[in-house]
Amino acid sequence: MSALLEVSGVSVTFDGFRAINNLSLSINEPELRAVIGPNGAGKTTFMDIITGKTKPDTGHVLWGEQSRNLLGMSESAIAREGIGRKFQKPTVFEAQTVRENLAMALKNKRGPFDVLFYRKSAEGATRIEELAAEVGLTEQLPRTAGELSHGQKQWLEIGMLLAQDPRLLLVDEPAAGMTPAEREHTTDLLVRAAKTRAVIVVEHDMEFVRRLNCKVTVLHEGSVLAEGSLDHVTANPQVIEVYLGR
Amino acid sequence: MKNSFLVTNRSVLVFLLCLALFTLGVTVLAEATGAGVISTSFVKTLGKTLCLCLIAIAMDVVWGYCGILSLGHFAFFGIGGYAIGMWLMYARTHDIVVGSLSNDVIPATSAEISDAIGTQIFGVVGSSEFPLIWAFAHSLPLQLAAVVIVPGLLALVFGWLAFRSRVTGVYLSILTQAMTLALSLYLFQNDSGLRGNNGLSGLQNMPGSDLGQDVLSIRFFWASAVALGLGYVLFAFVISGKMGSVIRAIRDDEARVRFLGYHVESYKLFVFTITAMVAGIAGALYYPQAGIINPAEIAPIASIYLAVWVAIGGRGRLYGAVIGATFVSLLSSWFTGGGAPNIDLGFYEIVWTDWWLVLLGLSFVLVTLLFPKGIGGLFDYITINREKGPKA
Repeated sequence: MSALLEVSGVSVTFDGFRAINNLSLSINEPELRAVIGPNGAGKTTFMDIITGKTKPDTGHVLWGEQSRNLLGMSESAIAREGIGRKFQKPTVFEAQTVRENLAMALKNKRGPFDVLFYRKSAEGATRIEELAAEVGLTEQLPRTAGELSHGQKQWLEIGMLLAQDPRLLLVDEPAAGMTPAEREHTTDLLVRAAKTRAVIVVEHDMEFVRRLNCKVTVLHEGSVLAEGSLDHVTANPQVIEVYLGR
Repeated sequence: MKNSFLVTNRSVLVFLLCLALFTLGVTVLAEATGAGVISTSFVKTLGKTLCLCLIAIAMDVVWGYCGILSLGHFAFFGIGGYAIGMWLMYARTHDIVVGSLSNDVIPATSAEISDAIGTQIFGVVGSSEFPLIWAFAHSLPLQLAAVVIVPGLLALVFGWLAFRSRVTGVYLSILTQAMTLALSLYLFQNDSGLRGNNGLSGLQNMPGSDLGQDVLSIRFFWASAVALGLGYVLFAFVISGKMGSVIRAIRDDEARVRFLGYHVESYKLFVFTITAMVAGIAGALYYPQAGIINPAEIAPIASIYLAVWVAIGGRGRLYGAVIGATFVSLLSSWFTGGGAPNIDLGFYEIVWTDWWLVLLGLSFVLVTLLFPKGIGGLFDYITINREKGPKA
């Protein structure tokens, strides 16, 4: 197992506020990792940096076998490298059908002229059916995404992520606003996805993290406070102090 | 491939059929080719309207589908008009000059001919020299190429700078408007090389042809109809399938599209440039029918009208843009041309030439507030009712 993503010495400051402070972290492939931390610990900023939305002041983000630097790349180039992101709030294209949403995410050439002359293929259609079955949206394929329930939108977004076939999946609070049954389904999906690729889950909910049963990284004030199994980190006095108040 | 695309997009076929029937109807009724019920000037009005429909569908693709409210597409339209106008004016002046010099005892040299043409064209701005931009004015193929290439290049460079800096929304609209205003102000200057505020005139005459206006008008009408038909098919193709999906996704949430791996700027640039090129073609067909082009045509207000047509007709559907452009522009010439009877209220007389803009502005506000889908939205009610019909 070699490191797929290596974040080292990354710092970023917004108007004098240090959101990320000398953060270092490394993820293997395949691996399932949970990132937890209190509000303002820098979890979302951490994702923004990896996906190219935010440029850090210092540090490196190295990717893949050739250790390519992601920092100089645009969001779309990073996504094409194989990093998929799911946002906290489900963001699907509500005016389009579930099928169109999945088709857009499907791994294919992304250039304007490739897309202009792209014609529907049988493999593409089969792949969309498979993905829809995996996230339980087979019945909803012809429906407009805007009509879906909150949980269904979350799954559609996860389906779109899987359609991109990324090597690294970044998932921001997937269980937010879900019923217990939906949560269980989501856990299954993530655990299964992590068998073949790297998955980083940012989560508040300890119960959900416990069910993922994986290595945990605790962020606090923009850097790593503790790392290890959930039982290990929750036994850490510093972590207890951070979570249970000062 | 083309066939399957047309078969799966029935509305395109319906539109082409309507356009063909309309063209046939006008041909049968026109002076040159038929009964003569429709006057030559009205054939020109109809031909110009078809050109306006063409730029309106381009606007609909860039705004209604891709979400870029461009207030600069009439600048591309005007550039297309100027490009063809330069050839029309040069070639016609050349014919006249050569004709008048041919009676001289000593044949005129080519330098003398060129001087005489220069004096004829640029006399109004106190010059007789050919500016550099007229270098290709003698060649119809080159000026025809310029109709597409110049708006395309301008859109490419402008769009690249704007989209790369991630200028979006109303700021982008202001930027496109500034570009349009700058171009129009530049053209107003006498030393712009395009005859300042005089513009180019006499464009209704076809050099080297002795056809009358009645014949020319119906030919330009046909050309405009063909261009609109081809443009409609082109844009229907662009907005269908996956490309259309990505373009609409960019309109709704461009940041999300980036995270799917699509280079949003390239897509916007593609849409902006291709619509600018079509706008240039529309302009090149419009101005020979109008007979004159001047910088006032390029003023930002024209591009705002374009947005109003598309909004009233219905954004996000190509036939909506066609309906909007036809309806509003014909209504506009009826009101401002004195066709509408003034209303005497006793204490005040509503003169439509003054009040038309107020009426247009009001209807724009009302449509935007009450019927965001525009006139084209009415078709939804028809299809919904038809679907519901048998069940009920």
